[in-house]
Amino acid sequence: MEYQNMELLRFTTAGSVDDGKSTLIGRLLYDSKSIFQDQLDAIETSSKNKGFDYVDLSLLTDGLKSEREQGITIDVAYRYFATPKRKFIVADTPGHIQYTRNMVTGASTANLAIILIDARKGMLEQTQRHSFIASLLRIPHAIVCINKMDLVDYSEKVYDKIVADFKAFSSKLDITDIQFIPISALNGDNVVNKSKNMDWYKGSTMMYHLETVHISSDYNHIDCRFPIQSVIRPHTLDNQDFRGFTGRIDGGIFKPGDKVKTLPSGFVSTIKNIELNGEQITEAFAPMSITMTLEDEFDISRGDMIVRENNVPEMGQELDVLVTWMNINPLQLRTKVIVKHTTNECMAMIKSLKYKVDINTLHRIEDIDKLQMNDIGRITLRTSKPLFYDAYRRNRKTGSLIIIDEQTNETIGAGMII
Amino acid sequence: MSNYTINHLKELESEAIFVIREVAAQFENPVLLFSGGKDSILLTHLAKKAFYPAKIPFPLIHVDTGHNFPETIAFRDALVEKLGVKLIVGSVQETIDKGRVKEEIGADASRNALQIVSLLDTLETHKIDAAMGGARRDEEKARAKERFFSHRDEFGQWDPKNQRPELWNLFNGRKNFGEHFRVFPISNWTEMDVWEYIKLENIELPSLYFSHQRDCLVRDGVILAKSEYIKLKPGEEVINMTVRYRTCGDMPITGAVISNADDLTKIINEIKTTRTTERGGRADDKRAETAMEDRKKQGYF
Repeated sequence: MEYQNMELLRFTTAGSVDDGKSTLIGRLLYDSKSIFQDQLDAIETSSKNKGFDYVDLSLLTDGLKSEREQGITIDVAYRYFATPKRKFIVADTPGHIQYTRNMVTGASTANLAIILIDARKGMLEQTQRHSFIASLLRIPHAIVCINKMDLVDYSEKVYDKIVADFKAFSSKLDITDIQFIPISALNGDNVVNKSKNMDWYKGSTMMYHLETVHISSDYNHIDCRFPIQSVIRPHTLDNQDFRGFTGRIDGGIFKPGDKVKTLPSGFVSTIKNIELNGEQITEAFAPMSITMTLEDEFDISRGDMIVRENNVPEMGQELDVLVTWMNINPLQLRTKVIVKHTTNECMAMIKSLKYKVDINTLHRIEDIDKLQMNDIGRITLRTSKPLFYDAYRRNRKTGSLIIIDEQTNETIGAGMII
Repeated sequence: MSNYTINHLKELESEAIFVIREVAAQFENPVLLFSGGKDSILLTHLAKKAFYPAKIPFPLIHVDTGHNFPETIAFRDALVEKLGVKLIVGSVQETIDKGRVKEEIGADASRNALQIVSLLDTLETHKIDAAMGGARRDEEKARAKERFFSHRDEFGQWDPKNQRPELWNLFNGRKNFGEHFRVFPISNWTEMDVWEYIKLENIELPSLYFSHQRDCLVRDGVILAKSEYIKLKPGEEVINMTVRYRTCGDMPITGAVISNADDLTKIINEIKTTRTTERGGRADDKRAETAMEDRKKQGYF
């Protein structure tokens, strides 16, 4: 079965208002034949009602009433399509400054970022912000699409200038794999089909990149990290002694017979069995959900972590964190918050605010006492109990946390441990 | 290290199981909303896998509109028996009898919207703080914006413009008294993924999904099953057809497709070449362009 053995690629799209994000996704869905007839009929009718000369593919992704009224994307919308090579999940995120929290949300699970630039406008503040977020959230791959090439006469000069500008900016960023592609989402140039209007471009199409970019090494398969979600005790006659630890592997490779250490207790034991639904698993690695049993019996519960004896994560109550602030109420020093990290949850206090990052210059602004919504800054968190963590650059799962308001229960910050 | 990969179905399974386990760990009184459709059957299968060898540690809730296919009810009862899991039934008929809602009248009358009240009543009676459902983001445009953990206020309403950001796999299920969550563990699955997985795992389904002979009528281009719950309009006639269902809602509103696909392989091939979405046959979605969003805001699945 060919379909059953496809890889899954999650990508996010970022761009400014009107640079054609929704149209691009519509184009990918349309040209990969992922749009059904009834969906197409619906948007054809809507386009006609609005008096457009062409079918507005962006209507495929703008789902909510208020978005249709304003013709903009408000919230993260997820889209799905598959080609014979891969299955794709698209997080379509808005470009407006006030909705940056959604961009960070979409970026947090992505393998790849598509950064859109309007060929007529070149690099904008928004482009820099989005690129910086992609880099900050350590999306391993990026495709920079210079869109609306049809409106600049498919000019190579315009394209080269934007590529040069982007490279100058991105040298300060931390994205290892960047591809540049000139496209017209509206007309389909270089999206799925190679453009006949840009002979000077020798690279491949966007779809080709999406289908072939190497993603299997995006997970950390070196440092063994297994945060415990829950403990299964069936209490049935058949399984009186069964005591299984459930969770999803966040790093490394676990095998039955491996010596492991449990945190925070420090007890050492051996993996007896790894299974799911009674089926044995010989090697477990990220992002698998499993149930693990150990040879020895001791007290382990949700929030604990199983690791290798000679490769343990950082352990501590004082964490340096780069935080994206996501709430209308600013971050203030000494505030008590709730922190969620792996399967752990605890109280914490924002102990210090070291600097805020100016996302245009990437300069640090020091001597501040607040972070406003959409600001990115470096803080120190003091937690009420020790957490087991890695630097975010080493592991996106054990290096990330969210900050929750104790009063409203809202998620107010996204943190990456330094 | 590059051979340490899992395919997309295993990745989706792994994600869904993680979410189901989070629900069991974070909430006091979770349930699984069981409609009898393939998505909720799949969800139940994943819940079984998540806690094996223990039993599913939460009950199933089924909102019985009274207009269900008899095949759905029979399948539900057999499944509950087999898994040894508790079943709670919320009845739309009871909600109508209590005078909480008024039945729609006319030939196109449906109990679809009435379910909202029965569902919210049932959740409240049983003090449910998290209800898992088999909704998928690829089904419908309003659902594409839904979170895995979707917060509902004390009136059971969804506020799509003020959703909590959801980052990495850190799910925030904190809430105030009286509020609850809807959780969608198979958010990222497509219709094709569901069918491929059902085949891979050999999951049993109600016979409705496979090709069979049935007395039908055609209304506004939708093939509906002839039943006691549907009144013929002038000019409509009952025709015996070879059909199957792609989704499984109430008898008066769920459209069938003409199909000879009588096994999973044939169904998958049929979906690969089909040109309409599975909800294309749902008369309830055709009432307005934003019909689903409007119902979801009120507390629909």
